[in-house]
Amino acid sequence: MPPSTDRPQAQKVPLRPGDRIFSGASTGAGVLILVVLAGVAAFLIVEAWPSLTAPAEDIPGGKGVAVYVWPLLFGTLISAIFALLIASPLAVAIALFITYYSPRRIAQALGYLIDLLAAVPSIIYGLWGFTVLAPLTVEPANWLSENLGFIPLFAGPPSATGRTMLVAIIVLAVMILPIITAVVREAFRQTPRLHEEASLALGATRWEMIRMAALPFGRSSIVGASMLGLGRALGETMAVAIVLSVSGGVTFNLISSANPSTIAANIALQFPESSGVAVNTLIASGLVLFAITLAVNMAARAVINRRKEFSGAN
Amino acid sequence: MAKRIEVKDLDIYYDKFLAVQGVSMTIQPRSVTALIGPSGCGKSTFLRTLNRMHELVPNARVDGKIFMDDDDLYGPGVDPVNVRRQIGMVFQRPNPFPTMSIYDNVAAGLKLNNKRMRRSEMDDVVERALRSANLWEEVKDRLGKPGSGLSGGQQQRLCIARAIAVQPDVLLMDEPCSALDPISTQAIEDLMLELKEKYTIVIVTHNMQQAARVSDMTGFFNLQGVGKPGELVEIDETTKIFSTPSKKATEDYISGRFG
Repeated sequence: MPPSTDRPQAQKVPLRPGDRIFSGASTGAGVLILVVLAGVAAFLIVEAWPSLTAPAEDIPGGKGVAVYVWPLLFGTLISAIFALLIASPLAVAIALFITYYSPRRIAQALGYLIDLLAAVPSIIYGLWGFTVLAPLTVEPANWLSENLGFIPLFAGPPSATGRTMLVAIIVLAVMILPIITAVVREAFRQTPRLHEEASLALGATRWEMIRMAALPFGRSSIVGASMLGLGRALGETMAVAIVLSVSGGVTFNLISSANPSTIAANIALQFPESSGVAVNTLIASGLVLFAITLAVNMAARAVINRRKEFSGAN
Repeated sequence: MAKRIEVKDLDIYYDKFLAVQGVSMTIQPRSVTALIGPSGCGKSTFLRTLNRMHELVPNARVDGKIFMDDDDLYGPGVDPVNVRRQIGMVFQRPNPFPTMSIYDNVAAGLKLNNKRMRRSEMDDVVERALRSANLWEEVKDRLGKPGSGLSGGQQQRLCIARAIAVQPDVLLMDEPCSALDPISTQAIEDLMLELKEKYTIVIVTHNMQQAARVSDMTGFFNLQGVGKPGELVEIDETTKIFSTPSKKATEDYISGRFG
């Protein structure tokens, strides 16, 4: 008998109490996240509103919200993007080393160490950057401004304390390294054996095999992981607040003592001493940060999901 | 091209486990040599020692000698990468690179070696390889499309084109038709008969009719027992193996009495 196309109506399965409880609990958890997210967004908008409608001279700085937030936004973006430029190639290199080059025992230990980096509280990174890294960068910064001063990034004059954007960037890079490494390593580990063997059987060296099989397969994961890292770097507060010596202003100069702050660090530093519209202004800057971070994270998710199309060995 | 392979007293190990024991055989150039035998008897393992893919498994190693013409493949200072460049391989499941176009898949081996090749020259080699693999007519209008969009049989012929584009001396095939339908299987078998004019071909197959159809020589592998190493029972002309084999085990296997 040929299989009939219209199947009989699926019988109503009686709902068991366990199923009902579990589905209720998990649905509730899912809804709760949306509620919290919406609550945060609503809070930010409501609290930021007075600063958006207030006359420009009431805003700290006296020139309106946009002028107040712009240098902070600039500092946030420049620190996060440069941190990403340092961290993501390094993370890919570490992931490749762990997956393809190191002896198994070293690979495991190195993997744990990288994960451990993620467990260090950000305030520790801040203290480390402030007390150890900053003084160490003074000499190299002098050298950079003397020899590479024609590049705007190293124009100088170099800071005497070393509490520069450059140090903030390096600290941020170290902080986002573990998450990028972990995601990329997972991707490389899933490179189909079939494709690795296909390239090796053609006479590829290990590096050629990585270029033919592993990197194309892991490409979207690398992008996605980098954006997750970018999201973290954008929102990082304590480390930047401690490291960076702030004087405002918009500049690409990474080694001088005149640095723009970042949104998150600025809120942390200014909030205790603010009142009235100043608080609303800080929250408005937080709203901007929230929007950017949300956009970056959603973009990262989208890129990672696209990878499903060629999952595994097709 | 088309070189002779001489295997002498080859023992194959995974770590301390002896997987295949005491294989000696001569594989003639410009012929198809089929390796048959029950699952787990080590014929695929043996095939992978011929192009030194076996040692990619951690702690895997071999004892004994393999010569290709006069070159000792396991001699001191021999780079396995160079061995694999001279001995092509086609796998059980078609494995074109999914992110590459059809053209780039065929050209993949040519771009290794850091060889610089003019575009027109590369075009010629790709066309010749695809023609040799009987795939040119089907893909010539979509060389820029991804290789993963082809059917299973076409993908396998693409993999053959990729393997022969670099003009290897020997072509190894590890159950190349086991994931394909009968029509695609026949296309690959026809192809093997054409390719043996120029290459030395070694094929592992579970399909005895296939071995009988395509091969000149047939080697029968078997296990001595559970947990014991696999061994080469006998190797002879295919017609003889399938009519009057000299060993009882071979006769039992090809007549379907076990395996």
